[in-house]
Amino acid sequence: MCTTCGCGHGEAKVEGVPVPAADAPGAGWHRHDDGSLHADHDHDAHHGHDPAHEHKHKHEHGLGAAAGPRGAHAPGISATRAVQIEEDILAQNNVYAARNRRLFADRGVFALNLVSSPGSGKTTLLVKSIEALRGRVAVAVIEGDQQTSLDADRIRGTGAPAVQINTGKGCHLDAHMVGHALEQVQPADGSLLLIENVGNLVCPAAFDLGEAHKVVILSVTEGEDKPLKYPDMFHAADLLLVNKVDLLPYVTFDVGRAIEYARRVRPGLEVMLVSATSGEGFPAWTAWLEAGVRAARAARDHDIGALRERVLQLEARIAAQPAGAPVR
Amino acid sequence: MHEMSLAEGMLAIVEDTARKNGATRVASVCLELGALAHVETEALRFCFDAVARGGPAAGARLDVVTTPGLAWCMPCGDRVPLARLGDACPVCGSYQLTVVAGEEMRVKEIEIA
Repeated sequence: MCTTCGCGHGEAKVEGVPVPAADAPGAGWHRHDDGSLHADHDHDAHHGHDPAHEHKHKHEHGLGAAAGPRGAHAPGISATRAVQIEEDILAQNNVYAARNRRLFADRGVFALNLVSSPGSGKTTLLVKSIEALRGRVAVAVIEGDQQTSLDADRIRGTGAPAVQINTGKGCHLDAHMVGHALEQVQPADGSLLLIENVGNLVCPAAFDLGEAHKVVILSVTEGEDKPLKYPDMFHAADLLLVNKVDLLPYVTFDVGRAIEYARRVRPGLEVMLVSATSGEGFPAWTAWLEAGVRAARAARDHDIGALRERVLQLEARIAAQPAGAPVR
Repeated sequence: MHEMSLAEGMLAIVEDTARKNGATRVASVCLELGALAHVETEALRFCFDAVARGGPAAGARLDVVTTPGLAWCMPCGDRVPLARLGDACPVCGSYQLTVVAGEEMRVKEIEIA
């Protein structure tokens, strides 16, 4: 293993600007007595929180009581004690992912995380998808690569906004990087956000970016047995796009077997056959995208409706209070 | 390799807990890694060791508890053990399985001084 691998260790850049290191505990996020993690400023994350609880920045909460001291306590030797944590290693990433997901929900944005091996045709697929949706759905793109802005440049060539994340030595995008990229790309209300992950069929599987779905792309020039060889990624996906189907006459790729293998590791996986060069399969693919955008908009409208009702209820309650009395 | 990101996540949890409990040293970290989790245990050990250097968790012993993979098998109508993603139900041979356990990656507890 490479001793200089600084995966995700402060080398990530968004449009050439270094991403600030993920907030250390106490700086950007904190833990509550029930063990849950919350980002600071995220007051709406405090469901079931005592309303009388005062919220200051960087306040400390104690964790659950530690177990008693371990072993005999000999003078001159400090005893160790056990502290139970039971916390997901990815808890910090998940806080950032939840923040991204909330942003998408607030704006009715349908966000997808596109994953695959390098060379599966992701970027070409994106370019063609943007062109196919022109005039119908606004599209923004977040690109992830180790180096260069080549992919973001290609996307911008279509007229769609794109932001490039360069991970440096990193092998996957994480929710913190995507959060920073979102500050620049600012997806429009009711739009489609496509996140093209680093070409890597292993690592991105573990990282929630806040997306609605992971879409895994497998091209027919790759082996049909990939779903068995790289199960984590196919297991994490909700849709499989089999790309470059225009080349099927020239390769020995067995589509049926690839789908069978993929459904072994992810039962019920939705599958579409597409070709970004010939346009085959695009009507179904764009219909799926538009349905997702409609659903995101509908959910946002429903949330707004529910909020409006709640405001009306609270206003009525305030109006019913005798003047000067505290609102209960 | 993404184990470096995971190790950093672990370190944040461990150092935060130690600090909140007034400890200056972490003697050991107990991790719960599911048999189906997306992590290579030895790579994680290596990375944690590297990122913990110079801090309160430097040299901490890493104890890994592997939790078994479990899936709900539709035809069997029962939970069955699952060793690897892509395996068939050991009882009936079907692939209609939903993973219910074994994907966890959790910092279970730490020993502090």
